Amino acid sequence: MTCTEFIALLDDIIDDSVAAETRAEVEKHLHKCGHCEIVFNTTRKTIEIYRSHQIYELPNDLRDRLHAAIMTRCKKGC
Amino acid sequence: MPTIQSIAGQDEQHPDVALVERVRGGDVSAYDTLVRKYERQIFRIAQHITQNREDAEDVMQDAFLKAYEKLEQFQGNSKFYTWLVRIAVNESLMRLRKRRTGKMVSIDEDLETEEGTVPRDLADWAPNPEQNYTQAELGNILEKTIKGLPPGFKVVFELRDVQGLSTEDTAEALGLSVPAVKSRLLRARLQLRERLSRYFRKKPGSRQTSPKEARAEL
Repeated sequence: MTCTEFIALLDDIIDDSVAAETRAEVEKHLHKCGHCEIVFNTTRKTIEIYRSHQIYELPNDLRDRLHAAIMTRCKKGC
Repeated sequence: MPTIQSIAGQDEQHPDVALVERVRGGDVSAYDTLVRKYERQIFRIAQHITQNREDAEDVMQDAFLKAYEKLEQFQGNSKFYTWLVRIAVNESLMRLRKRRTGKMVSIDEDLETEEGTVPRDLADWAPNPEQNYTQAELGNILEKTIKGLPPGFKVVFELRDVQGLSTEDTAEALGLSVPAVKSRLLRARLQLRERLSRYFRKKPGSRQTSPKEARAEL
């Protein structure tokens, strides 16, 4: 497996949707290619950080205010 | 190839379907439940696209009101949430066009270049690099990092990786093809990784990253 082939499969590897045979090839490639190993680990970490530290969180008071405004208008038939 | 499990899954009724039916029957409290369930996610999508807090507030309200008004048009063959996201994305893009005085903004811009698919920054990161920053600093870094990406990349990343939607549902919600979602997701992931490297990379000769330089930029 080349680095280009590895990158083309990166999303499927991260999402764990590659066949067992391909996974074996991927692991073989990662074993000998430090660069791809870094790209793989840091991309996974990127997703993990964005998932666990959600940005643009809606503060509770604003959420309550917007929610109430929406529901008032819905009850009036918009 | 569809598995037996996924075929069985398609027959199961999504809990939103019952709520939508109740709303159609005149039960407004069922809509209250739907709004509460999805308001945070819709706000984030609007904020990603408009990059403006007030616009995101307006979009969130308008999207839920529009969905309520158009509920009769909602077809049960798509999920309520993907249908709602589509409304919110359209509202967000309209808002953005207004701000940019009519300049076309699309989630489907032709971005089919190879740019961003070849990783350049190959430095390794410190272990748990996010722990070198306070919550507020980390929030700033994450916002700043994702801000520069095209709207289509940001929303695909948000829906797929943060909110956990399938590729198919993301494609449906955004009116994109599955290959287009896949291509945007790969580039979004790689570009975010590359930009975050600036803050999280291991400094040569040190075991831990010293975030001083990166922090000075915040």
